[in-house]
Amino acid sequence: MRITCPHCGERSVDEFTTIGSAEPVRPESSTDPAHWVDYVYVRTNPAGQHREWFHHVSGCRAWIEVTRDTRTHAIVGVRTASAVRSA
Amino acid sequence: MKYSALSLLRNALTGNRNWKPVWRDMSPREEYDVVIVGGGGHGLSTAHYLAKVHGITNVAVIEKGYVGSGNVGRNTTIIRSNYMMPGNTPFYEWSLKLWEGLEQDINYNAMVSQRGVLNLCHSDAQRDAFARRGNAMRMSGVDAELLDQDQVRAMVPYLDFDGARFPIRGGLLQPRGGTVRHDAVAWGYARAADSRGVDICQNCEVTGIRVEAGRAVGVETTKGFVRAKKVALAAAGNSSRVAAMAGLRLPIETHVLQAFVSEAIKPLIDTVITFGAGHFYISQSDKGGLVFGGDLDGYNSYAQRGSLPLVEHVMEEGMALMPMLGRLRVVRSWGGVMDMSMDGSPIIDRTPIDGLYLNAGWCYGGFKATPASGWCFAHTIARDEPHELNAAFRLDRFATGHLIDEKGQGPTPNLH
Repeated sequence: MRITCPHCGERSVDEFTTIGSAEPVRPESSTDPAHWVDYVYVRTNPAGQHREWFHHVSGCRAWIEVTRDTRTHAIVGVRTASAVRSA
Repeated sequence: MKYSALSLLRNALTGNRNWKPVWRDMSPREEYDVVIVGGGGHGLSTAHYLAKVHGITNVAVIEKGYVGSGNVGRNTTIIRSNYMMPGNTPFYEWSLKLWEGLEQDINYNAMVSQRGVLNLCHSDAQRDAFARRGNAMRMSGVDAELLDQDQVRAMVPYLDFDGARFPIRGGLLQPRGGTVRHDAVAWGYARAADSRGVDICQNCEVTGIRVEAGRAVGVETTKGFVRAKKVALAAAGNSSRVAAMAGLRLPIETHVLQAFVSEAIKPLIDTVITFGAGHFYISQSDKGGLVFGGDLDGYNSYAQRGSLPLVEHVMEEGMALMPMLGRLRVVRSWGGVMDMSMDGSPIIDRTPIDGLYLNAGWCYGGFKATPASGWCFAHTIARDEPHELNAAFRLDRFATGHLIDEKGQGPTPNLH
């Protein structure tokens, strides 16, 4: 699998680490434990397109959001974390 | 047919022409007491113990592929019970006890071989951790021996003991651990369940779970609707997808784990060795190939194949442990997809939907658990409440805070 980093271009996956799904939304203003359990522990775990965080740890050290098919590893989109935030 | 020395002899003398298929290939009937989704090791053992222990024989096991095509045929065949956390230790020890009596129970040669499992330590701190683990095991009645470097050297002299980076200081040995022929486990349980009347339906995929008024009433399959008083999910690797059919979301991610086998060589490794400075484990099959594996690829995957950087990493770990491996050729590698749970421990429980039961989250420790998983799941289904041995493997433990995090990694499934 090769990931096209927005800063560095196409690189091997072993330059990156991942912390997993970018889909859970932090329930900042909620005090309901159920929302936090859902955020911390529960995952949709799709067989198909999945947004996830990768860290280009052996490259530019930027955090990027990769949209990837978990069945084929085909990558359909890469954005920087700052682009995700401002979107 | 019951297997015995006499039956072997009789078939040998008649040219081996009279062997019969060992289970019936069925299409599902309209209705069952229990439908088990998933014909892997855990689903089949659940069917066996439902029939044998609880007398529930009106059961179908519905499998999308063929028996043995999933993780029961993709693991590195290791059995052990060297767990430390309350909740885990008694469960895995019960599993090891069931392995010890398995072949008599199901009248099938599964080649259960208690050749020992040796975990190596490479630092004083790691030895202290092993002493703690060994003591916890012995207090629960599990066998464990802390070995010093000389004792390890006497057992496995061919390792790299004095490497500058990962010197071997000692090890924790569980003599009753070992290996089992994994295909025979699938076939043996299938045959045993079938002989008590369980229908094993292969090449039949469950496409939906029908829930009426908060109660599961059956499953939609590629061969039509099958009504069931109880529906039991045992589809690890795909648990999230199957549970989603009933509207459930699980604390699980799916990841791929690779395994490897070398060309066959003369007997070399007579135990199971695990490397303590990385994630690497190796044993030798009775056919002669060295069977080994390492870590997850690290990112979510439903593809039953792995990536090349991890292949390189596993080979490097093998070379660091046992430099002679460099002269061997690897003949095959393969991948299986795992339910990686959020605390590294499994789930065997009821669900919020009546009549729907869940067996999931085995991470990459599912094979050794096959007998106890089925035994406990059968109890949970038959009695509608967990057995004492799986009482800790609750689905709601992530909300109540009763996590069982053997490795202390927190909610990071790719690190368990």
